[in-house]
Amino acid sequence: MNRFTPFELIAALRFMREGAMQTLLIVFGVGLGGGVIIFMSAALAGLQANIVRRTLNFQAPIVVSAPDRVARPLRGDGAAEAALVQPRSQQLRSIDQWQKVLAAIGRLPEVTAATPVVSGPGFALRGDANRAVSITGIEPETYFAVVALADKVVAGRVELGTTGILIGTELAKDLGAAIGDKLRLTTATGAALTLDVTGIFDFGNKSVNERSVFVSLRTAQNLLNLIGGVSSIEVRVRDPFGAEDVAQAIHGATGQQADSWIRTNAQFFTAMSAQIVTNTLIRVFVGLTVALGIASVLIVSVVQKGAEIGILRAMGTTRGQVLRLFLIQGGFMGLAGSLLGSVLAYGFLLVFRAVAQNPDGTPIFILEMEPPLFAVAAVGATVVGLVAAVVPALRAARLDPVVAIRG
Amino acid sequence: MADAATPVTLRLEGVRKSYGIGTPVATEVLHGIDLVLRQGEFAALIGPSGSGKSTLLNVIGLLDHPDTGRILIEEQATQGLEDDVRTRLRGRAIGFVFQHHHLLPEFTALENVMMPLLAARGRPDDEMRARAAGLLDRVGLTPWRDHMANDISGGQQQRVAIARALATHPPLVLADEPTGNLDTRSADGVFDLMREINVANRTTFLIVTHDPRLAQRCDRIVELVDGRIVADAANANVVRRG
Ligand SMILES: Nc1ncnc2c1ncn2[C@@H]1O[C@H](COP(=O)(O)OP(=O)(O)OP(=O)(O)O)[C@@H](O)[C@H]1O
Ligand SMILES: [Mg+2]
Repeated sequence: MNRFTPFELIAALRFMREGAMQTLLIVFGVGLGGGVIIFMSAALAGLQANIVRRTLNFQAPIVVSAPDRVARPLRGDGAAEAALVQPRSQQLRSIDQWQKVLAAIGRLPEVTAATPVVSGPGFALRGDANRAVSITGIEPETYFAVVALADKVVAGRVELGTTGILIGTELAKDLGAAIGDKLRLTTATGAALTLDVTGIFDFGNKSVNERSVFVSLRTAQNLLNLIGGVSSIEVRVRDPFGAEDVAQAIHGATGQQADSWIRTNAQFFTAMSAQIVTNTLIRVFVGLTVALGIASVLIVSVVQKGAEIGILRAMGTTRGQVLRLFLIQGGFMGLAGSLLGSVLAYGFLLVFRAVAQNPDGTPIFILEMEPPLFAVAAVGATVVGLVAAVVPALRAARLDPVVAIRG
Repeated sequence: MADAATPVTLRLEGVRKSYGIGTPVATEVLHGIDLVLRQGEFAALIGPSGSGKSTLLNVIGLLDHPDTGRILIEEQATQGLEDDVRTRLRGRAIGFVFQHHHLLPEFTALENVMMPLLAARGRPDDEMRARAAGLLDRVGLTPWRDHMANDISGGQQQRVAIARALATHPPLVLADEPTGNLDTRSADGVFDLMREINVANRTTFLIVTHDPRLAQRCDRIVELVDGRIVADAANANVVRRG
């Protein structure tokens, strides 16, 4: 008995020590449940992080472009008109007054960066080699704030100038091009330019590394015959998972078409929201099971210790003290369980890492457990324990000492 | 030894107590008890089984509420007190010795004696440790002070319970058949101990007992039959129950 330990804590620890088997079993049970919850939380966070990594790496969360032109049928053509209406081929069009649109987007609170882009199809030629590419004209200073292209350059520099071009590792291999080599870009408009390879990037995605090339905005405007215009504005937002709301706000504010990555990767997100729902349900039910386990152990303990509670009350222990004595036990069971659960969850993580590997040994899925997760789990489990202890503690506090002592 | 000038430790006025109020089997167990115990009295409470002795002790000890009537501890009224205040008063002014469930098995003998002080003060301190050790010494259990409560004999447990009842230096100790579970020798020892403390500290005792031999050794014998005091006299005059 330490002089700094309050009476309630001393008694709570002794009660739990006296019922050591009970205490160990419930702590182990809470630990298992806590381990599952921690692991599943990490898995969910990992899933989201992986999706962000795989898509937002090379894609802006929101792409704003001119609204589609609606094809109109000629009036009075008779019954067959519906069948004759075909969507017009969408030629490359600029966003009207794109500077104003850009400024309007920049004013939205959720938007952290926005950049004008000119993009369209073309061909890259070098010697005999010829590849279809997707040309992206960028304004480097602002573009890099939206897409982390600068970080992905693995050779050369990120400078573009008017004649520079950045190409992916795969395309460099296909064309046999290296830094300083010349490359010819042509487009369907008949324009053609010879450019210098200034940098080679690797986005960790084969098709992007194969097909994407970056040039300056003006170069792309010339190649794609869009002088003074931009085909889209790419936008970065504070919370990538809130991008759809921001996209709608942009559409409302500017009348332009705004597509969030959530819309363009719809199947992905459908699959993920199913994951989130099942994952969350499992965690909630495991948490409930843990809480019920703690509550039932304490209810039994209140019955078992009835006579002692009566004696404590006879000796001047107040109802509040008895209440706290049982709340502490619940909180302790939650806390101790969460510490064990953290260890177990880390064990699950190691097993997962050993199992979920590609044939070449790289992880299929990058899963991390950060210290804050364990801290949240410890606090959460303590709170769950306290809440689970409320009903047993109230029962203990309300025990009539006369009845309790008579036994 | 208790003349009118001695301060009153306990005063009961018209105490009634029923069980099962609001049910068809409501029965009154105590039918208007008047009783005065003065400082230093050593009184036996006797009576047949079911006469209401334990009920009376619980009501006196502020563990239970009377239906009507007043209970005064050292002339302080106790009715209408908030539960926490009653509990604190009970912890400070009344020591209990029970027949069963003597001690808390989670704690050592010494810790059990400290418990009323610990509950009152909230944290352990050296003074309460020393006081508890002194009380254990007084009841002759110093060699067992660090034994867990269940690891000592029944007679020793009851001595620890007496030491615990004295921890807060209460003016009144209530003992409900404290020797009921003990063999004659241990019973005599426990009884002698209470007597010694009564003489040395002028602590007032009210002891429920079924043992006429022990009752005869008290200064005063109060007899309860069917919830009424039928005899209350200094020992020399008391009629043996039977
Ligand atoms: N909680 C209760 N509910 C209903 N009746 C009760 C309750 N407690 C006691 N009684 C009744 O009150 C009466 C007095 O009981 P009490 O325990 O006070 O007697 P006692 O004199 O202590 O008896 P004993 O010598 O057997 O211990 C008995 O008739 C008993 O059945
Ligand atoms: Mg009784």
